Amino acid sequence: MSHAASAEPHGHPALQHHFENMEQQREAGTLGMWVFLVTEIMFFGGMFLAYTLYRSAYPSAFASASNHLDITMGAVNTGVLILSSFTMAMSVYFTQIGKSRPQILCLIATIILGLTFLGIKAVEYRQKYEDSLIPGRLIPTRPFNPAVAYEGEVNEHKLHLIGNATVHQVELFYWIYFAMTGMHALHMIIGAGLLTFLLYFSIKGRYGPEYHSPVEVIGLYWHFVDIVWIFLFPLLYLLGRHLEHV
Amino acid sequence: MKEFEAFDLPQPSKVNYINAQYGLKSWLLTKDHKRIALLYLGSITFFFFIGGLYAMMIRLELLTPQGDLLQSTTYNKVFTQHGIIMVFFFLIPSIPATLGNFLVPMMIGAKDLAFPRINLLSWYIYMAGGLITIYALLAGGVDTGWTFYTPFSTTFSNSYVVAAGLGIFINGFSSILTGLNFIVTIHTMRAPGMTWFRLPLFIWSHYATSLVMILGTPVIAITVLLLAFERVARVGIFDPALGGDPILFQHLFWFYSHPAVYIMVLPSMGVVSELIANFSRKNIFGYKFVAFSSLAIAVFGFLVWGHHLFVASQSVYAGMIFSFLSFAVAIPSAIKVFNWTATLYKSSISFDTPMLYALGFIGLFTVGGMTGLFLAAVAVDVHLSDTYFIVAHFHYIMVGGALMGYLGGLHYWWPKISGRMYPEGWGRFSALVIFVGFNLTFLPQFVAGYLGMPRRYHAYPPEFQVFNVLSSAGASILGFGMLIPAIYFVWSMRYGKVAESNPWHLPGLEWRTQSPPPTENFEATPIVTWEAYEFAPPEETQVVGKFAGELETA
Amino acid sequence: MSEHIVPVRVYVTIFLVLLVGTALTVLAAFQDFSVRLGTHEIPFNTVIALAIAVTKATFVVLYFMHVRYSSRLVWVVVTSALFWLAIMFALTFSDYWTRGWLPVGY
Repeated sequence: MSHAASAEPHGHPALQHHFENMEQQREAGTLGMWVFLVTEIMFFGGMFLAYTLYRSAYPSAFASASNHLDITMGAVNTGVLILSSFTMAMSVYFTQIGKSRPQILCLIATIILGLTFLGIKAVEYRQKYEDSLIPGRLIPTRPFNPAVAYEGEVNEHKLHLIGNATVHQVELFYWIYFAMTGMHALHMIIGAGLLTFLLYFSIKGRYGPEYHSPVEVIGLYWHFVDIVWIFLFPLLYLLGRHLEHV
Repeated sequence: MKEFEAFDLPQPSKVNYINAQYGLKSWLLTKDHKRIALLYLGSITFFFFIGGLYAMMIRLELLTPQGDLLQSTTYNKVFTQHGIIMVFFFLIPSIPATLGNFLVPMMIGAKDLAFPRINLLSWYIYMAGGLITIYALLAGGVDTGWTFYTPFSTTFSNSYVVAAGLGIFINGFSSILTGLNFIVTIHTMRAPGMTWFRLPLFIWSHYATSLVMILGTPVIAITVLLLAFERVARVGIFDPALGGDPILFQHLFWFYSHPAVYIMVLPSMGVVSELIANFSRKNIFGYKFVAFSSLAIAVFGFLVWGHHLFVASQSVYAGMIFSFLSFAVAIPSAIKVFNWTATLYKSSISFDTPMLYALGFIGLFTVGGMTGLFLAAVAVDVHLSDTYFIVAHFHYIMVGGALMGYLGGLHYWWPKISGRMYPEGWGRFSALVIFVGFNLTFLPQFVAGYLGMPRRYHAYPPEFQVFNVLSSAGASILGFGMLIPAIYFVWSMRYGKVAESNPWHLPGLEWRTQSPPPTENFEATPIVTWEAYEFAPPEETQVVGKFAGELETA
Repeated sequence: MSEHIVPVRVYVTIFLVLLVGTALTVLAAFQDFSVRLGTHEIPFNTVIALAIAVTKATFVVLYFMHVRYSSRLVWVVVTSALFWLAIMFALTFSDYWTRGWLPVGY
């Protein structure tokens, strides 16, 4: 880098004054997002630790509670998120090659898929509310009080306890379920908000092959949120299915 | 290489970062890392005084064995709040947010940090967290201890746990954003020629600190959040009566809070490296060892948290592992102390105020660190846990270590930050008063703790009174000693001697621009061709046998 | 720009792999893979589910998040995050899993 570098007039309109050139700005932005994702990994990691400990302590209760979750909605949501990651990656691709219309369409698709995920989640949460499965007194007017199926009864709305599981331990599962999926949903809402910003500026034509760092960086965030769900789905929804017909 | 001696600065312009723009908005909406550092300086000093007031109440109560000044519940709130304010709102941000924010870009030759707006945001987040915590204090206080152990904090305490927890949670983001900014800046914005091994050790230690901030703070965030939800929802992740595990809380809490003490002390060690090398006019002995020891402390610091759980029904086997690792973590710190000492050997020491603080740090940190080794031995810890020995141990590190480094750094870089010199005589005097007051406060506490005086008690058996009286006397001296710099720093901003760009005649990059610096830090992007701490050979410097701090008049 | 543009067919392939992985993990969940070893029951279902999840996550990280084409620094950042997570798990379990080893009250 020559001594005269800082004397050159700033080229690209998006170049911030404290950076020497766009390459440095892009490098900094990408590294910054990765460092932020590290903090997110540790943040969710704490909850995964709590999950692991309690699951090994109360395996039957966790299996019973997990089997009571709606596997179809969970699997569909997984598919939705994976598709949204694909459309997000495609949006970055189109920005890199300068095709702004497909880029915008892919962004819109990502946002719609994200909102679909949240919609399905809302339906699931509503079901839990109706079955009085919201733990403790989080909803003061509807404390945790699920109907428990007796031996041999087949009823989808009732909790089937496996082995020596107790309702108290099942409540712990739901506590972790709501904490983890709730935190995940919060991150998705933030992600959807960020994508909306991105959409607005994309329509204004701000991004292209020379400047697409924000699209890339928010894409990284979105993929991370997808990865968290990739782990949440089997750990929360699938852990007891092989015991379902016991 | 005598380049810095012959460095010909153009006639410094009168415009600097302080007077470049006027008005409250230009400060509250600034993107300049130097102004943000001053915003932090003001708020951190404010919180320090609040924490100090709580300390005063503790020491006043403990003058007599009976609980006569405060009720026990009030006393619980006082020591809790002293801890929360001092740890989260003073010590953790202190050096990184003030000196770090100011100096990191300057020392690497950059115009600002990588993300200036995020830097400003981190100050606002800090203030939001602080104000919520102050609300919790004023509304009725929190009495769980700064450690928030469950199930007392989740189920039995009647105090403002959720509000205080929320304040701490929000404040954590400030820490995370600062660390993120430093890591990205140091990786991507070094000036041409500024290779990793030419970086000042201040930068290495801030890099290591930032690693700890990034990796540890999110865990306390989720822990405090779970704690708050449990308290609100009455479900037991941590409450044994509801099937939960209180030890899980302690594991999660200390996973952050132990590395947090390295967040507090690593920047201070970075300052001390600067002070020792610069005020003995000698290249630091074993630069690479000191640099890597910062990284080692950051990594090892994450492996030892279980030593806070030795008496908490943690498995004995885990206890042995954590005990061994706790001994190991002392090694990189010891490497630093040895290297600093070797730097001092046969060097040209000038006993200016910053150097006094640096020397104080070495002695007091060593005492704190050694007593930490006693506590790392499981059997000894069983006896000393929850006694005043622990209190003395961590205050030696936090006050004798971290705070000394902070004060030393403030004095050292004050001419760069404000363009004025502080009064050197008063500086040396207050450093000595602080040193004496500090030791008188905390040395008796080691003895009292060893003899069995428990911590967090407002009343104690009469045989411990003599130690407490000595300690409270020391605390008054310490408090007095710390008021003096508060006064003369403010005084110096108007009446202090005007400082030139390099009043100490030192080779660091931050001294090669005017004092105070212009908003873009340097007139032109510097090209670095010298090593860190590259001093002229002793016979060529003018400072042998003379205190370098005396300013040459223009 | 020195960055690498990932071709569309890579993205499509990874997307399909992820969908297949999801289907696999759902199917595998309903089979009982637990193996008995003396008194211990090894939860192979969990192992398989986690293995599939880790594989899916790896593909997302390498291709969708471009780590395969990124600098060594990014790779170091990702690895250290996982390493730190591992520290948190391993040392916490060093407590929980060794608690029963010594009888209480010796």
